[in-house]
Amino acid sequence: MSIRGKAYIMGAFEHPLRDAPDKTTPQLHAECAAGALADAGLSKDDVDGYFCAGDAPGFGGLSMIDYMGLTNVRHLDSTETGGSSYIVHVGHAAEAIAAGKCSVALITLAGRPRQARGGGGRGGFGEPAPEAGFENIYGGSTHNTYGMCAMRHMYEYGTTSEQLAWIKVAASHHAQWNEHAFLKDVVTVEEVVNSRMIADPLHLLDCCVVTDGGGALIVTSPEVAKSLKRPKVRVLGAGEAPKGPRGGLDLDLTYSGAVWSGPRAFEEAGVRPADIKYASIYDSFTITVLMQIEDLGFCEKGHGGKFVADGNLISGVGRLPFNTDGGGLCNNHPTNRGGITKVIEAVRQLRGEAHPKVQVANCDLAIAQGTGGSLGTRHGSATVILEREA
Amino acid sequence: MSEERDPNAPMTRPIPAPVVNLETQPFWDAAKQGRFLIKRCVACGKAHWYPRAICPYCASGETVWEDSPGEGVIYTFSVMRRSQTGPYAIGYVTLDEGPSVLTNFLGVGPDALSIGQRVKVRFQETDGGPPVPVFAPT
Repeated sequence: MSIRGKAYIMGAFEHPLRDAPDKTTPQLHAECAAGALADAGLSKDDVDGYFCAGDAPGFGGLSMIDYMGLTNVRHLDSTETGGSSYIVHVGHAAEAIAAGKCSVALITLAGRPRQARGGGGRGGFGEPAPEAGFENIYGGSTHNTYGMCAMRHMYEYGTTSEQLAWIKVAASHHAQWNEHAFLKDVVTVEEVVNSRMIADPLHLLDCCVVTDGGGALIVTSPEVAKSLKRPKVRVLGAGEAPKGPRGGLDLDLTYSGAVWSGPRAFEEAGVRPADIKYASIYDSFTITVLMQIEDLGFCEKGHGGKFVADGNLISGVGRLPFNTDGGGLCNNHPTNRGGITKVIEAVRQLRGEAHPKVQVANCDLAIAQGTGGSLGTRHGSATVILEREA
Repeated sequence: MSEERDPNAPMTRPIPAPVVNLETQPFWDAAKQGRFLIKRCVACGKAHWYPRAICPYCASGETVWEDSPGEGVIYTFSVMRRSQTGPYAIGYVTLDEGPSVLTNFLGVGPDALSIGQRVKVRFQETDGGPPVPVFAPT
């Protein structure tokens, strides 16, 4: 496959200002976006792919998507190659469009280097997020912003600390077999709910570990895969979705962007949640797992507490074996980013190379799901569905 | 951290100076006078938070500041049980105008907060910056 003839540039806009003392960098991004959309005869709601580089302030794409109120984005790319970034983005946008990952890609650049002289700005690079003045001052951390999600989930659905604890218990049952796991001891529901409160309603044992380390993955073409000796793990589907407060109306912290990224991945893969044999679910906290399990459709919304209880996530015991390496809750959360270890354990399961005590029998279909950023403010959800090729 | 704290003592928290930019300068100027402003779009009529020059709902550049009583209900919260300055609560308030606002709940004990509770804005001084909005039960 190539991108030849698969994509068209239909809108373009150059901001008329050359000196912008009266505008912020996010504002300039938004004005450029509006100009290009108007030129194309499209609206912001038509945009389903967003591309930006290092000049986008704050959290980059996540901050800018939320600032501009882009609510239909399903493909995000923030490749940074300096001044050529936006040419790279045209090529990447064409790839994404050719692959069906988006149909209207927006690429923006903006900054105010002239204002740096007067101390007014830094040209965009390293500039604070547009939300910074109204959010960063309140002592938000991962613990308490996820705590806010758990608190609301309990309020709306009656989810209990004991139910959340089962997620940690299941992870610990798996970690006991992992010689590299940071925490190898099996824990009980009582131990989790009696561990000290960190950020209500999350206890110490509701939190993931902090670890050094890392991981890597190699993805190849089918031709290269065929030439290699390892079992083949095929990528069947992938979905992405950013989520943020979106202007603050109808705020709902009880669900994650997985409500959008999940269905996209399942549709592309041509499978359903009931077909999944093994699930890697990002587990920065127990509540992270519970919300994503609901959002992916493994159970009805609000029923996650019942679903995860009584060992339902333990390999060989429950219906949905999850994080059989012990996950971020017990095994590893390298440099506070758990996405890559989610994919790695899914690959082990599909290859039949997980620890024998946790290996899922005939594991031919797996999901790896992650959310980065914070579920309590703005985050990016990503889902991939992987298959073992017979 | 070894000192004994009354677990029900009203929470306090020093808050750093906020980042102020061109889009939000009027908010902080009003804050210095004890006024709480929100932004509303002239084109679609919707209020939003945090304040922007461009409406996040309809992309119109016609947004205006309006005075708000700063009243609403707690949407959710979480109490950070330990910090260098003692326990503090972060959460969202859903303003009567509609948008939800991230904030701290101060002047109230950690165990005296609940979802749905009515709260009202007040301003707290910062070190070297304008005062910032925090909320307390009415």
